Amino acid sequence: MSDFLFIYRGGDASTSREQMQKTMEVWMAWFKELGASGCIKEIGNPLEADGKVVISNKSVTDGPYAETKDVIGGYTMISAPDLAAAAEIAKGCPILEAGGCVEVRPILQMSM
Amino acid sequence: MEFSDHFFRRESGRIVAALIKVFGVQNLDLAEDVTQDAFCRALELWKMRGVPPNPSAWLMATAKNRAIDVLRRERTARTFSPEYGKMLQSEWTLATLLDVQLGPEAIQDDQLRVMFSCCGRGLSEDAQCALILHILCGFSVGEIARAYLASNSALEKRLARAKKVLAHSHVLFDLANDIEFSNRLPSVQRALYLLFNEGYHGTSAERSVRADLCDEAIRLCKMLTEHVLGATPSTFALASLMHLNAARLPGRLDADGNLAPLAKQDRSLWSEPLAREGAELLERALAGPEITTYHFEALIAFEHTKARSAQDTNWKAIVALYDGLLNIHPSPIIELNRAIAIAEAHDPVQGLVAIRAIRDTDRLLNYPFYYAAIGDLMERQHSFFEAAENFKTASALARNAQEREFLMARFKGCLNRVSVGTI
Repeated sequence: MSDFLFIYRGGDASTSREQMQKTMEVWMAWFKELGASGCIKEIGNPLEADGKVVISNKSVTDGPYAETKDVIGGYTMISAPDLAAAAEIAKGCPILEAGGCVEVRPILQMSM
Repeated sequence: MEFSDHFFRRESGRIVAALIKVFGVQNLDLAEDVTQDAFCRALELWKMRGVPPNPSAWLMATAKNRAIDVLRRERTARTFSPEYGKMLQSEWTLATLLDVQLGPEAIQDDQLRVMFSCCGRGLSEDAQCALILHILCGFSVGEIARAYLASNSALEKRLARAKKVLAHSHVLFDLANDIEFSNRLPSVQRALYLLFNEGYHGTSAERSVRADLCDEAIRLCKMLTEHVLGATPSTFALASLMHLNAARLPGRLDADGNLAPLAKQDRSLWSEPLAREGAELLERALAGPEITTYHFEALIAFEHTKARSAQDTNWKAIVALYDGLLNIHPSPIIELNRAIAIAEAHDPVQGLVAIRAIRDTDRLLNYPFYYAAIGDLMERQHSFFEAAENFKTASALARNAQEREFLMARFKGCLNRVSVGTI
C-alpha cells in the first residue's frame, strides 16, 4: 500500500441554499463511504481561497488568485495499492459533478 | 449528523434578518454578502470535517464574526443601523452589542420586522412575495422563477427593483408601534395568503416546488400568530385556512401522479394532524367579532375536511359560506366556486344557471377551470358534445402539463361518449 494526496481543485460556487445543502450532503456521504472502506489516511482540510504568496526576493503579495477552476479547495491523504487504484477512488469524488477536478499525487516514501 | 429538510434555507432567513437589523435596511446587500460568506464557510468546512454539534449556532457565530470585520472596515464609508449608531462605532460596545443582537432571543422578531418591511408601500404584491421568499425563506432567484413560471432574468429584475425600494425605506419596520402594526398587518397577511395560494393553486407543475411554498407560508404565518400584536382573529383564520387546505394536498394527485378531482380523492391520504390543527386555529379565529374573507375560506375548507366523502359534504352550508364571502369580497372566481357548490347541493342544471349568471366573466375567460366546470356539469347532464367542447377549450388554456393531461383525459372521455351516442 502507498499513500496518495488528493488535491481538490475548482468546483462548485453555487449560491442557492438548497443546492449548497445538497452539495454538502453528497460530500459527507462520499467521505463516509471512503471512511468505511478504510482508505482514508488523513481526512485533511479545506483551504481558504485567499492567502499570501512569498517569492524568491522575499516580497509578499496577496494571492494566489488563480482562476476559480484552478483554486485548491482542500486535500485528503488516502492509501491505495497503486496510483491507478487511487485514481479509481477519486472517480467517486462529488467535485467532478460540479466541474472541478481531483489531482492524485503519490507521496514519496523514504523506503530503502 | 442528519440535516432537517431545507435547513440551509431556513437558517438563511434567520441570519439575514438579524444582520439587516444591525446593518440597517439600506445595507441589505451587505447583510446578504455576510450571510453568503457564512454559508460558503460552513459548506467547505462541514463537508470535510463533519457538522458541528449545533450547526445553527455555528452559522450565526460565523456570521457575527464576519459582521464585526465588516462593521470595522466599513464604518467610515457607510452608515449602519440608526438604532445602534454610536454603539457600532466604539470598540467598547461593538462585540457585546452583536452578541446580544445576534443571540437566539431576538431572532424571531427580526424575521417579523423584515416581513413587515417587505410589505411596505411602493412594493407590488408580486414584489412583496418575491422579497419574502428570497430574504426570509432563502429561495434563490431560480427557485422563485420556477415557482412562478417566470424567466430567471425577469425575476432577477423584479427582485433587484424590490430590493432597491426596500433599501430606500431606510428604517426597518418598528413592531412596537401598534398603530403602524395594525395598519400594515393586512398587507402582510395578504402576501402570505398569496404565497400559500401560489403553492396550492399555482402554475408550476413541480409538486415539490409548490408544497414548499405552502410550507413556507404556514411557517411564516405561525410566526405571526406567535406575536402579541400579530395574533388577531384574522391571522388565526389565515393560519387555519392554510392548514385545512394543506391537509388535503396529499390527495390531490392519484396513484399515477395525475390530478384527482375532489370527488375521486382518496381522503385517507389527507393529513389528520394538519386538519386537527386547522380546526383548532379556526376556533381561535372565531373568538373575536371580526369576520374576514380568511374566516369564510377557512370555514369552507373546514366543511370539506370534515366530510368523509363528496356526498357526505354539507354543500348547502358551503353555498351559504360562499354567499357570505361574496358579500364582503365580490369576485368571479368565488362566484364560480359557489356555482359548483350549488350544482352539488342541488343539481347540475342549477349549477349551470349560476355559472351563466356570473356577470364579470373577463377574468374567467383565460381560466381553464371555468370551462372545466361547465364541461363537468354538461357531462353530468349527458350533453357530451358541449362537455367535450368545453374541456377542449380548458385544455388549451392549461398552465402546465399536469393540468393539460387531466383536462385532455376529460375531453377524450366526453368525446367517446359522443361517438357512442351517435352510433
